[in-house]
Amino acid sequence: MKIIVSVKQVPARDSALRVNNDGKWLDESDLSYEMNEPDAYALEEALQLREKLGGEVVVVCAGPQRATQTIREALAKGADRAIHVEIAEGPALDALATARLLAKAAQSESPDLILTGLQSDDLGYGQTGVIVAELLGFSHATIVMEVEPQDGTVRVKRELEDGWFQHVVLPLPVVLTIQSGIKKLRYATLMGIKKAKTKEVKTIAASELEADASSSAAMDQVYLPQRSKQTQILTGNSKEVAHQLVEKLKFEARVL
Amino acid sequence: MSVLVILEQRDGKWNRLSFEALAAARAIAEAVGGSVNAALLGAQTESLANEAAKCKVEKVFVINDPLLAQYTPEGYTAALQQLIEAVHPKVVVFPHTYQVRDFAPKLSTRFGRPLISDVVSVKTSDGRAMFVRQLFQGKLSADVHSSGDPQFVSIQAGTFRATEPGDQAGSVEKFPAKLDASQIRSKPEQPFREAQRSVDLTAANVIVSVGRGIKEKDNLPVVEELAKALGAELAASRPICDNGWLPMERQVGSSGQTVAPKVYFAVGISGAIQHLVGMKGSKTIVAINKDESAPIFETADYGIVGDLFEVVPALVEEIKKSKA
Repeated sequence: MKIIVSVKQVPARDSALRVNNDGKWLDESDLSYEMNEPDAYALEEALQLREKLGGEVVVVCAGPQRATQTIREALAKGADRAIHVEIAEGPALDALATARLLAKAAQSESPDLILTGLQSDDLGYGQTGVIVAELLGFSHATIVMEVEPQDGTVRVKRELEDGWFQHVVLPLPVVLTIQSGIKKLRYATLMGIKKAKTKEVKTIAASELEADASSSAAMDQVYLPQRSKQTQILTGNSKEVAHQLVEKLKFEARVL
Repeated sequence: MSVLVILEQRDGKWNRLSFEALAAARAIAEAVGGSVNAALLGAQTESLANEAAKCKVEKVFVINDPLLAQYTPEGYTAALQQLIEAVHPKVVVFPHTYQVRDFAPKLSTRFGRPLISDVVSVKTSDGRAMFVRQLFQGKLSADVHSSGDPQFVSIQAGTFRATEPGDQAGSVEKFPAKLDASQIRSKPEQPFREAQRSVDLTAANVIVSVGRGIKEKDNLPVVEELAKALGAELAASRPICDNGWLPMERQVGSSGQTVAPKVYFAVGISGAIQHLVGMKGSKTIVAINKDESAPIFETADYGIVGDLFEVVPALVEEIKKSKA
């Protein structure tokens, strides 16, 4: 089974975010980056499927030059090779623009299965997998908890709302977006990290792919959210803030 | 015709977010001018359509087809594509449900347009609607628009007050979509529920909820002590339950329970929108987090920026003292 995993590099979760001077994106000067966590679960699922069924896991990543670090991490965890669609630095592309690039890059590989995370931790559109499927004419399922490949099809367990689930059978080739937390993530081993250095990474400039670049969503302004409530921030050492909080809950909010 | 809102039902029961999306559609129509029409898909939806017609819409388009009895992305996309091509809305509005996340990006891609998902409010700029959505798990907001018509948007839960039915009823019109069974490649089975929940967090007066900030399972006693001192139920954000540190039935948020206790302590929870929709109705919210830019502080009444491993034990001491 040939599996493509699409991963994204995003600012690390605990980053302190600052808006840049033109107010349209982040000041990226001292950010650190990591693999988008939901995509890490898609990669884990792909590696476990390959361990069970054989085949190949190819990582596809659309990102600027710095994304090579995330691609190496995926290879160190066990992916066989990678395709890096290199885009310019700057505001992250929206889901439609990203999916157009990923679909072009994936097409020539003729995969059976494309896996990706259910959303990104940066823009959080939660659409890339579904759009890739539409552009390639593949079927798809989202928020997938379990993947059981059968003969020419795959049976998946989807999460619905309010504690409901559903099984769906889909013909291959198929795109699945994987729910986070469904398996335990592996760490890269020292041997894996060493091997990753010799694995193939094909770099393609986004401009070479001739993907349609029309009508993306434009971000006119990026800013810190306005507070919807008047939050009282309590200050002092731990003992002091604990004392203030208990007083407030007792006498101001009257809930203790 | 300006705004088309897509309502959601399953087995003859509304998804309540439909009426929040309807309220958003009305706000968008006010911004761009024009009327609001609704669409409802299924196999038998007449009585629901009559209810929806009373909710301040001009017209409800009903697409009834046996092939829509069970949701599939292919069926819903094909049917709505035909409706949109027939009525040319300026904006198509969806409730941001799991089902919408499954098919709406496919539909908007058919029109070569982006779907602006997870919208929390609407603004106007030069007679065109501009949509506010959150980035980085709620740490930043962005004003977003797309050029060309239609614009596709989905509305986050809990951000618009649901439209209530009124006296005047709009019309209900059948829209005959042409669907072909061979288009529908995915074969859904019956939805099912796993074990019944034995913990009812909705009945709790006080909830102590824990998130990623707790770092590891062995640290849970820190918050358990606080819950014990307060006589509170212990709850958690999704990652804690995903890791198996607490059972799934203690999860608060869009994929867990929705709670509104007298006091909600968010300990080491950053406050992603998926969590906030499950607890923002709480009377009083206390947030303890080491990251001062965590979005939970925008929803909290009282915030403590600090290390939970120092603050929580101090708080337990104070509570014990005040009860003594």
